[in-house]
Amino acid sequence: MQDNIFDFSIVTQWIDTFLRTYIPDWGALLIEFVLIGLALLLLYALIALALIYGERKICAFFQCRLGPNRVGPLGLFQSIADMLKILIKELIDIKHTDKFLFNLAPYLVILSSMLAFGCMPFGKGLQVLDFNIGVFFIMAVSSIGVLGILLAGWSSNNKYTLIGAMRSGAQMISYELSIGLSMLAVVVYAGTMQTSQLVDQQVTNGWFIFTGHIPMFIAFVIYLIAGTAETNRGPFDLPEAESELTAGYHTEYSGIHFGFYYLAEYLNMFIVAGIASLLFLGGWAPLHIGGWEAFNNIMDYIPSIIWFFGKTAVMMFIIMWFKWTFPRLRIDQLLHLEWKYLVPIGFVNLLLVVLMTIFKIHF
Amino acid sequence: MSNLSLFVVVALTGLLLVAAALIIATLIGPRSYNAQKGEAYECGIPTHGTSWMQFKAGYYLFAILFLMFDVETVLLFPWAVIVRDLGVAGLVNILFFLVILILGLAYAWKKGALEWK
Repeated sequence: MQDNIFDFSIVTQWIDTFLRTYIPDWGALLIEFVLIGLALLLLYALIALALIYGERKICAFFQCRLGPNRVGPLGLFQSIADMLKILIKELIDIKHTDKFLFNLAPYLVILSSMLAFGCMPFGKGLQVLDFNIGVFFIMAVSSIGVLGILLAGWSSNNKYTLIGAMRSGAQMISYELSIGLSMLAVVVYAGTMQTSQLVDQQVTNGWFIFTGHIPMFIAFVIYLIAGTAETNRGPFDLPEAESELTAGYHTEYSGIHFGFYYLAEYLNMFIVAGIASLLFLGGWAPLHIGGWEAFNNIMDYIPSIIWFFGKTAVMMFIIMWFKWTFPRLRIDQLLHLEWKYLVPIGFVNLLLVVLMTIFKIHF
Repeated sequence: MSNLSLFVVVALTGLLLVAAALIIATLIGPRSYNAQKGEAYECGIPTHGTSWMQFKAGYYLFAILFLMFDVETVLLFPWAVIVRDLGVAGLVNILFFLVILILGLAYAWKKGALEWK
């Protein structure tokens, strides 16, 4: 059944053998590393551009506006123009800041999102980092981003950035627990942390959200709420509540310095959506319905990369939808939601999943 | 290609992205110097006093609670991988740990640590 799906490792293997026939091994390895880096950079920038355009367009439609429509057809080049504009903006040196930490913070934020981005299973055989502790690794690296935000807020020497960073820190570390608990539910159910194995299991057995019954669905909902909070978006955007805190932790950053935070925010949204589709919606696994052989075969011919990006796009649309549907929470409501509702529910749900896997009970 | 070298490649790519964009921005961006420009922006009016000051201790409390649960997550992940093979023994063993942990959360709740005052 799996054989119909095109394996992208054929392409990468072919490049590898092609390079090795002409160049010594170390040279081939070096070229491959550079190629991987370039591909990642290109994808990273392209996804960010597409997301910024998509966000503006979708937000416009939610508010009965037209959105960007002047630069290029349908305003398609708007985000490219924005990127150029942000590049030629002046980087303002602010007095009284902690220079070292102020400049270090964007590196940490981008580093964390890039490392998590490298773990995404984009398609069959298309994955850069595939550790055996995959899911755990993603959680570990994405918590580096909190450090970047805290440093940015503290080093700016500005009261609003300080409050924004503290709110953001409290929010992100709190909601990380719920993300961890819903990831644990999946790890218990699948018996592995490796992302490629998680996807393989879902290709053969069906997506976890269908096979995992009610506990997996609860884990999915908890993950979605916590993931939205983790990206500082939607109803949880109080670290950058414009009306109270100017722009939150990145108020003092100008030009491309601000651009890094903008980039990382959108990429984090992609990563959260990507992990949701990896853990619950099968990663690049095509949709299979038991017994419908012809249907399953047709689904297999749709390239795996389209499945992954399609599912991720749907998840990102839902996250954007949240933003324009729910009003912003207060900080006490935010922390109550996490500590009094999501964490206890997450624990009970984890126990349910353990009972389900050990005793083969189906809820 | 081992995973570790790929990890280094991805990390370097991330750092390179920031460094390269910063270099390009400083090369093509305009520069003008002005005494007013260096002031903190905050909300437009001149800043009063330093901003490296005391802030609400509530954030600190949640950080401590987070630490407790994060250490728990580190311990639970390896267990989660093999719980299917461990069976009931694995469940009973981890239950002791989880019950103590949940008691800790209940205590913090009762003491009012989860209230935002």
